[in-house]
Amino acid sequence: MTDTSHAIDTRSAEREARKERLFTRINKAAGWLDALGLSWLTPILKIAAGDNPREQAGELKRVLVIPLIGIGLFIAAWAVLAPQVQTSLGAIPGPVAVWDQAVNLWEDHKAERQKAVEFHERQKARNDQLVADGRADRVKWRDYTGRPTYLDQIATSLVTVGFGFLIATLVAVPLGIASGLSKTVNGAINPLIQIFKPVSPLAWLPIVTMIVSALYVDTVDWLPKSLLISAVTVTLCSLWPTLINTALGVASVDKDLMNVGRVLQLPTAKTITKLVLPSALPLIFTGLRLSLGVGWMVLIAAEMLAQNPGLGKFVWDEFQNGSSQSLAKIMVAVLTIGIIGFMLDRLMYALQRAFTFSANR
Amino acid sequence: MTGIFKASARMRKTIGATALLGMAVSSVQADMLDVEKDELTFGFIKLTDMAPLAVAKELHYFEDEGLYVTLEPQANWKVLLDRVITGELDGAHMLAGQPLAATIGFGTEAHIVTPFSMDLNGNGITVSTEVWEMMKEHIPVEGGKPVHPIKADALKPVVDRFRAEGRSFNMGMVFPVSTHNYELRYWLASGGIHPGFYSPTDASGQIKAEALLSVTPPPQMPATLEAGTIHGYCVGEPWNQQAVFKGIGVPVITDYEIWKNNPEKVFGLTAEFVEENPNTTLAITKALIRAAKWLDENDNANRMEAVEILSKPEYVGADAEVIANSMTGTFEYEKGDKRAVPDFNVFYRYFATYPFYSDAVWYLTQMRRWGQIPEAKPDNWYDEVAKSVYRPDLYLEAARMLVEEGHVDEADFPWDSDGYRAPTPAADIIDGVAYDGRKPNAYIDSLPIGLKSGQTVEGTEVVGG
Repeated sequence: MTDTSHAIDTRSAEREARKERLFTRINKAAGWLDALGLSWLTPILKIAAGDNPREQAGELKRVLVIPLIGIGLFIAAWAVLAPQVQTSLGAIPGPVAVWDQAVNLWEDHKAERQKAVEFHERQKARNDQLVADGRADRVKWRDYTGRPTYLDQIATSLVTVGFGFLIATLVAVPLGIASGLSKTVNGAINPLIQIFKPVSPLAWLPIVTMIVSALYVDTVDWLPKSLLISAVTVTLCSLWPTLINTALGVASVDKDLMNVGRVLQLPTAKTITKLVLPSALPLIFTGLRLSLGVGWMVLIAAEMLAQNPGLGKFVWDEFQNGSSQSLAKIMVAVLTIGIIGFMLDRLMYALQRAFTFSANR
Repeated sequence: MTGIFKASARMRKTIGATALLGMAVSSVQADMLDVEKDELTFGFIKLTDMAPLAVAKELHYFEDEGLYVTLEPQANWKVLLDRVITGELDGAHMLAGQPLAATIGFGTEAHIVTPFSMDLNGNGITVSTEVWEMMKEHIPVEGGKPVHPIKADALKPVVDRFRAEGRSFNMGMVFPVSTHNYELRYWLASGGIHPGFYSPTDASGQIKAEALLSVTPPPQMPATLEAGTIHGYCVGEPWNQQAVFKGIGVPVITDYEIWKNNPEKVFGLTAEFVEENPNTTLAITKALIRAAKWLDENDNANRMEAVEILSKPEYVGADAEVIANSMTGTFEYEKGDKRAVPDFNVFYRYFATYPFYSDAVWYLTQMRRWGQIPEAKPDNWYDEVAKSVYRPDLYLEAARMLVEEGHVDEADFPWDSDGYRAPTPAADIIDGVAYDGRKPNAYIDSLPIGLKSGQTVEGTEVVGG
């Protein structure tokens, strides 16, 4: 009798402990979910794990229901107001028309992939024929020559912004550290930062186009000239937040810490990696996050103006097409740009959390 | 549906295989050109007359020649020309004036040649609804509809009224050496409206102008008209029909009514490219000739299919019904006033694809007429420039191969032509001035408004003559 009750006790204790562990895990994950913009998952997980649903309902309402109502209201207002504005291409498309075009673009993508398959089949038939004719030396394999689909354009834009952001980071972080550590460097580059920071991407573009065209003569396949031009324009506009925040972060490192470094006679490289960077990282990441946001915005403008491949070109092409579907397609692009921008920001925020935690340890 | 599709795909494959077998036996496959460059990028502007390029790609005529072609829409004619010159594009759908102007060094200097003329006709002149209302009082009516062709005489009082009110009368065209610039000027001048001169020091083309012409890229024309920046424009299709659909403007005349079967776009390549890639050039020309033939075949039977191709977003992208309006033998003037213009777009018949020297000479006479060529030139100069840019020799070589392969008929080509069309009779041109490409100077002197033999533009005045 005592044995069984003991067993029940241990079992319930075990269950309690397991539940406890589960909750600790959920709470740990909550921070990450929050960083990724998925904070509404936390209360759902807690309910699933056996927490009191009523307790979590309030939280769920705050993070899931209310935002959904906001989005719902927006879509309703859009659906009601859009048809009332008549443009020369017809009424402004509502949510349904835009969704239709999103589906349409996906169908286009699939159709284009199908055409690529057929292209390769035809190519194979031609090459097989050449081999059969004993002219194997003339066999050639070529990439598909069709147009880039919407998904291809998104990929191109992401690669371009990533590339431009990478260059911006490589330039801005070292320069920011130098200017944070030395008043002289700071004095020298500060006026330049002030002047170049507000310049619009549309003004940089012609200069970048001319200079890249002049310098980048031997083009390689994986880096087309148009991509480099867009990327460098992104760099020029997006390096400033990182530069300024890095300088600020480095300059505000605790003076005592720096003095300790001086007493220990640490070499500069050590000072930077062991003292400066760990304390400045949170601000550096804030700068990077801002930079990526600016870069993404700038990219679309640059692609539109220069007709470089990517989402910007897609928007411009559709504007020029002026068909009855064009406006809805442009709206699909706008939403895509917004959602991708949001996801990029969340990604940087998650990175920031990861690095800042480790820096605090 | 998918079943049918699969079946037809399989059928196509079988047909393809049989054709390949057949070819292997005949000499065709063996004769496939050994192309020097097989990956090519061609530029185009979103206009229906780029159709031969889209068709050659979609119907795999390029692939039949062993060419892998990418087609890229360009933002405007200047970007297109620059990119052909720098070699980013291997070739492009061009305004006939572009290779000529580049070769003689007006604007940009580069030797560009053409083995293929893309089409005849295909442009229109559109005025804003406001201007149309003002023009209407001066246009005779028959059966409730305005009598066509409408001459610029009806526009003259409108322009005069604008000027009297101190407003400038602005019109758009697509490029300084565009067909559209010359057609618009031709039409205006035939109605006594001076479109203005160019001079070596003033490239605006507005010296002495009564109507001010400026450059707007084709797809932006309707938007610019809607914004009120211009009061009319001359552009290729579908951008005139687009104005009708949008209800913002009325096309008053097509270029077919200005000059019956006038030459239009060409396919341009740098002379360097042609020299380095002779076989590729021939292969391109062959594919384009086949595409042009398909477009006009069986009395335009394939036009609806062509419209579907052109309405894809990667080509012209406008709605199919807008493109179809002009591509299928009709043209809608005022909303609801749709008339038959069977030869509005000609891609193959009347030897449309043969690059005639006389076509080149006409463009040069217009450049001279409006001062883009500042000094008078002897008749043989016109002939020489035409011969250095237009390459019927390459065209005929490609055509000969196609005849031998059985793709086209012997009768489709003017084998014995010396490159000059028979003179255009006065009745085929709106101002009643006949055109003979062999006598450019006599022609220039016979045009009512414009520079004559000994004249030049100095400052804002015409001197000499």
